[in-house]
Amino acid sequence: MERAELGHLIDVLQREGREVVGPIFRNQAIDIGPITTEADLPIGCVDEQERATYRLTRNGSARVFGFSEPAASFKPYIFPQRQRIAAFRREGRGFVDEHHEEPIPRLALFGVRACDLAAIAILDRILLEGPYVDESYRRRRESCFIVAVNCAQPGGTCFCASTQTGPNCTFGYDLVLTELHAKGNHRFLIEAGSPDGLEILEHLELSEPTDDDIDFARRQREHAADSMGREMNVHGLTELLNDNTQHSRWDDVASRCFNCTNCTLVCPTCFCATIEDTTSFDGKQAERWKRWDSCFTLDHSYVHGGAVRVSSRARYRQWLTHKFGTWKEQFGMLGCVGCGRCITWCPAGIDVVEEIEAIRGSDEKVREEVDHG
Amino acid sequence: MHQLTEPAVDVAPSPDVMLPHRFRIDKYRKDTADTFTVDLVPVNPDQPFMYQPGQFNMIYIFGVGEAPISISGDPATAPKLVHTTRVVGTVTTAMRGLGVGHELGIRGPFGRPWPTDHARGHDVVLVAGGIGLAPLRPVLYHVLANRSDYGKLVLLYGTRTPADILYQRELQQWRSRLDMEVFVTVDRATPGWRGNVDVVTTLIPKAPFDPLNTVAMICGPEIMMRFAAIGLLKRGVPANHLYVSLERNMKCAVGFCGHCQLSREFVCRDGPVFPYDRVRDLMMTREL
Ligand SMILES: Cc1cc2nc3c(=O)[nH]c(=O)nc-3n(C[C@H](O)[C@H](O)[C@H](O)COP(=O)(O)OP(=O)(O)OC[C@H]3O[C@@H](n4cnc5c(N)ncnc54)[C@H](O)[C@@H]3O)c2cc1C
Ligand code: SF4
Ligand code: SF4
Repeated sequence: MERAELGHLIDVLQREGREVVGPIFRNQAIDIGPITTEADLPIGCVDEQERATYRLTRNGSARVFGFSEPAASFKPYIFPQRQRIAAFRREGRGFVDEHHEEPIPRLALFGVRACDLAAIAILDRILLEGPYVDESYRRRRESCFIVAVNCAQPGGTCFCASTQTGPNCTFGYDLVLTELHAKGNHRFLIEAGSPDGLEILEHLELSEPTDDDIDFARRQREHAADSMGREMNVHGLTELLNDNTQHSRWDDVASRCFNCTNCTLVCPTCFCATIEDTTSFDGKQAERWKRWDSCFTLDHSYVHGGAVRVSSRARYRQWLTHKFGTWKEQFGMLGCVGCGRCITWCPAGIDVVEEIEAIRGSDEKVREEVDHG
Repeated sequence: MHQLTEPAVDVAPSPDVMLPHRFRIDKYRKDTADTFTVDLVPVNPDQPFMYQPGQFNMIYIFGVGEAPISISGDPATAPKLVHTTRVVGTVTTAMRGLGVGHELGIRGPFGRPWPTDHARGHDVVLVAGGIGLAPLRPVLYHVLANRSDYGKLVLLYGTRTPADILYQRELQQWRSRLDMEVFVTVDRATPGWRGNVDVVTTLIPKAPFDPLNTVAMICGPEIMMRFAAIGLLKRGVPANHLYVSLERNMKCAVGFCGHCQLSREFVCRDGPVFPYDRVRDLMMTREL
C-alpha cells in the first residue's frame, strides 16, 4: 500500500461508523487520542525513553511511526478509568434496576504495538475467559476493530523481546501495518488478521508487495528485535519471587518508592479496580461506578481493623511479585508485556528489570515463619 | 466509495454478575450488642438460589455499598437466606439500620464451600472464633440433617466475653443433643459466667474426637486459625484434613477487582475456604 493510502484507511474506518483512536501529540508526549485525519498522527516525532525520562523531538522525517510505544496504552478505551456500571431508583422500601447501559462507542484502535496487543490478550484472559465475564469490558472489547503496527523502533525501556510479546504482531489484530521507509520509498505492508480486516482491505487501493518490500520488512523486524533497550531473563521468575518474599532488596526498593501508583496506572495489564456507590442528594437515585485502583494504596488491602499490606515494602513486593510471578500461577502467562512504561514513568527511577535482576543475582530463598508467641 | 455494511459485532446482553438481585428482609434479630441476623427472601419468587455451606454473598445496601457476608443459614431452606453480620463500618452500619420489609441487593453465592464431602465418614470438628461461627453454622445444619453420614460432631467456640456469644438459644439446644458435643469458652469472664475462660485453642487437646479420622474446619481471626491449626496438628489430625476460611478486602467477588489476592490465590474465587496445607505458607508470611 502506498503511503498516501494511509489517510484513506482512516477515512474508510470512519465511514464505517468507527471512532478512530491512536497515537497523537499531546502534552509534550505521545498519547492516545482521537484521530480524524492522518495529520493527527505524530508524523516525524522521535521519542527518547529512559528511566524517569521521556523526551520527544521532531526530526523532520516523513516517518509516521518513528517513535516507540506511546506514553499511554489503549487500556482506557476498553477498560475506562471510571465508568458507571449500574443505576438504581428507590421505590418504597426497595429499589429497582434502571437497566443502565453506558453507550459503547464503536472504536478502531489505530497503531497498536505488539506489546499492547499482548496486553489486550491478557485482559481478555482475565475478564472474559474465566468462570465469569466482565460485561462492561466485553461490550467495549467486542466493538473494537484493531489496526496494529509492527514496531520498527523499540524504545530505551522496552524489553518485549524478553517477554516474547513483540516487537512483531503475530495475533489479535484485524489489520497490521509495517512501515517501509527508505531511500525515497515510503510504503506500508498491510495484512489482514480477521474477516473484518479483509473486508476493509477491499476498500483500499493496494498493490502486491515486491520481493524488496518483503525483504526490507524482514530485516526491519530482525533489527527491531535486536535493538531492545533492555533485556530480562524471565526464566523461573515465579519460583524466584515466591522463594524470596524476605529478600533484603524489598527494603531497598521500598526506601526509594513513593507509592505514587504511577507504574500501575501506565501499565497496560494492571486490572485492579474498585467499586463506588453513590446516591443523589434526595437519596432517590443510586449509581454504581467502577474505577481503576492500585495495589500501592493502603485502601487496596483494607479489612476491618487495618490494611494487610501496611508497609511500602509489602506493597512494592505485591506489585512486582504479581506482575512477574503469581500472575503466571493465576492466568498461565506473565503479567508483563515488556512495554517499559513503568520504567519510563516512575518518578523515582525504579526499573523493574533491575529489581528482578537484583533478586536473581542474590537469590536468598528465605521464607518467613511468623512467630507464634 | 460505497457505504460499508455493519460488521458483525455481537453486543447482546447477557446476565451481569455485577448486578444485585433484590431480596426482602423477612426477619430481623439482634444477636449481641454489635451483631444481628436477617432472614431474606427473594423479591422475585422465581429467583433460583442454591448455595453450599461456607459460600458468601455480596450484600448491597442501596446507595451505600457492598460487603461480603457469609451465608449462615440452612442450605436446605434456600432460596431463603440467613446472614449474621457484625457492625464494623459503613455498609454494616447502614444494614443494621434496615428492618423487616426493607430490601437489599444480593450478588452470589460466591466462593468455595466447606468440605462436607471430604468430611463424610469422618469425625467433624468445627473451631469457631467470634463471628466465625456464622459461616460454620450451615455445616452444623448439614451434618445434623445427614447425621449417619458423619462420625462425631464437635463444636469448639470461643468469644471475647459471654455477651458476645452468638446463637445462644441454638447453642443450648445443640448442647443438649446426644449426637454432638459443644464446648464454649470466653477470653474474659463476666460475673455469672461459669464456663471456660481461655482462648478457643485450649479446648483442642481435650475435645473428644479421633484425630486420625477427623476433618476440621476453622473460622475466625487469622491468628486464631493459625494457632488452632497448630493445636489440631499436634493432636495428630493430618494436615490435609484441616480447612480454614480466609478474609480479604473484596469489591467484586469474581476475581476482577484484584483486592482479595493472597499471593497466587484470589480469596473470593479460590477460597474463602482453603485446605490448610495449600495456604499455610501464605498465612505464615506477614503482609502478603
Ligand atoms: C468471604 C467473607 C465472608 C465474610 N463473612 C462475614 C459474616 O458472615 N459476617 C460478618 O459480620 N462479616 C463477614 N465478613 C467481613 C465483612 O465483609 C466486613 O466486616 C465488611 O466488609 C465491613 O464493611 P463495612 O463497610 O461495614 O466496613 P468499613 O470498614 O467501612 O469498610 C471499608 C472498606 O473495607 C472493606 N472491608 C472492611 N473490612 C473488611 C473485611 N473484614 N473483609 C473484607 N473487606 C473488608 C470494605 O469492603 C470496604 O471497602 C466477611 C468477609 C469476607 C471476605
Ligand atoms: S510491568 Fe511495566 S513493562 Fe511490564 S507491562 Fe506493565 S508497565 Fe509495561
Ligand atoms: S514504583 Fe515508582 S511509579 Fe510505582 S508506585 Fe513506586 S514510585 Fe510510583
